[in-house]
Amino acid sequence: MARAITNERKIINTVAAWGIGLLIFFPILWTILTSFKTEAQAINDPPLFLFFDWTLENYAVVQERSNYGRFLWNSIFIAGGSTLLGVIIAIPAAWSMAFVPSKRTKDILLWMLSTKMLPAVGVLYPIYLLFIQFGLLDSILGLTIVLMLINLPIMVWMLYTYFREIPGEILEAARMDGATLRSEILYVLTPMAIPGIASTLLLNFILAWNEAFWTLNLTAAQAAPLTAFIASYSSPEGLFYAKLSAASTMAILPILILGWFSQKQLVRGLTFGAVK
Amino acid sequence: MGSISLKQVTKSFGPVDVIKPIDLEIEDGEFVVFVGPSGCGKSTLLRLIAGLEDVTSGHIEIDGNDATTIPPAKRGLAMVFQSYALYPHMSVRKNIAFPLKMAKVDQAEIDRKVDDAARVLNLSDYIDRRPGQLSGGQRQRVAIGRAIVREPAAFLFDEPLSNLDAALRGNMRLEISELHQTLKTTMIYVTHDQVEAMTMADKIVVLRDGIIEQVGSPIELYKNPRNLFVAEFIGSPKMNIIKGAAAEALGAPTIGVRPEHIEVSKTKPKADGAWKGTVGVSEHLGSDTFLHMDAEGVGTINVRADGEIELRHGDTAWLSPQVSKIHRFDAAGMAA
Repeated sequence: MARAITNERKIINTVAAWGIGLLIFFPILWTILTSFKTEAQAINDPPLFLFFDWTLENYAVVQERSNYGRFLWNSIFIAGGSTLLGVIIAIPAAWSMAFVPSKRTKDILLWMLSTKMLPAVGVLYPIYLLFIQFGLLDSILGLTIVLMLINLPIMVWMLYTYFREIPGEILEAARMDGATLRSEILYVLTPMAIPGIASTLLLNFILAWNEAFWTLNLTAAQAAPLTAFIASYSSPEGLFYAKLSAASTMAILPILILGWFSQKQLVRGLTFGAVK
Repeated sequence: MGSISLKQVTKSFGPVDVIKPIDLEIEDGEFVVFVGPSGCGKSTLLRLIAGLEDVTSGHIEIDGNDATTIPPAKRGLAMVFQSYALYPHMSVRKNIAFPLKMAKVDQAEIDRKVDDAARVLNLSDYIDRRPGQLSGGQRQRVAIGRAIVREPAAFLFDEPLSNLDAALRGNMRLEISELHQTLKTTMIYVTHDQVEAMTMADKIVVLRDGIIEQVGSPIELYKNPRNLFVAEFIGSPKMNIIKGAAAEALGAPTIGVRPEHIEVSKTKPKADGAWKGTVGVSEHLGSDTFLHMDAEGVGTINVRADGEIELRHGDTAWLSPQVSKIHRFDAAGMAA
């Protein structure tokens, strides 16, 4: 029997959903609010919520002190580059695991995922040395490669889940119709998997955008993305909360807008395969 | 051209031998049906010919050339799948054009061939729709259209009608037979439905457990089944199999009599050898009546009688098998 949806229940559900939503969103909201306060108001006790003197001063200071445009450009380049590079490797990899699995496919998938369980700092030293060897320190190319590699397991897993949903007979039909492996992937598999590929790209872009550990450790001035831009406003002493908040808001705004417009795609991607 | 020959072909999945060594010759232009119960290896055999599975040992020749290791795309065969396997993101036109596009045929030629195929298959009105907007029968036609445009050496059909309802199945059966008359191209057709096998085939290959039980024309298989399995599998309703004293009396440890080869009379016939039986269920179809009888000392016997016969549940009747049409089998189940 279907559960009766009474008005009362509807209201409770709505209030609960908004409550949880706000709780999750609160840190971001607080950051945005703080960015409009003066440094003194930012550390006021009790905290000021909405009733303070709204000011754009922090943004002006941040603009003046650092070149936001260059950090933004580096972020776009590193996140975009690592995502594109990743998908070019992940599509054929996921294809082979989904459609021509071997005895070890499951093991390889798990092993790939297990690299994500390793604390990143565990490989910082070797990677740092490699970067020095190859002259990749503080270069966009180096960061693009590292971010691509750390997110590759997630891309392969997501695409693998998608591809598994595509009936094998359709690919066999393409083979019977004379398609080469390249045509089969290009004209049949990829168009059918576009929703999956889109959400994989999107999620990966967001992950790469937000990645802080590697971007902070492997860059100095040249290749520094927005994470470094934020970090540059934190200091061991003095008042910096308001300016830090302004920098953070500027750094997360592009990705927030991207996420807002593509949330449908993203949710579908993350729950794909779970509900059929 | 489209002659196919299998030489000692086997296929194993791990420790399971799905196809035991098989030899088979398929002539150019023949309509061959692989038939057998589920799990007999008929679909696997078709997929081996298609190249979608690799043979474990043996050779497959197409038009006299060894094709054993040639990939499916290069074998020049077309396949129609049970699930139709249409490309969901392409229109009917693009679906049918796909093999031509892969063969790098020029666009004007593609358009002409696709339009021709669509006309022949009554798809012209749906040419710009996606497969999702078509009925089962229309999808099946698109799948056939995709197969015919590339003028393959042979068509492979993998249970193409099993997703259709009974009426549509009858129609499509006719259409495929007509297509074969027109194109005169080799067709290999897999089904578990012996009616499809009987009505469409030039040659039937009966398979069981990865072994060919018998190869022959529908009438040969009907008249001279090589063993009990083929005897029971071919023909509808099923052949009656009789063992024991009643069989011995007619000269073999096991005999088979088809339901249509038994005379029914309400009175005891003058000639000896009639079985006395009681009617269990009688199914009046109009043209025929199927009687399920319990015959004394013989067992359950199915009879195909005249449509107008007046026999009901519990009535007594005498059954006389036509002696010349009795099939005799030895103790091992082989035709004697």
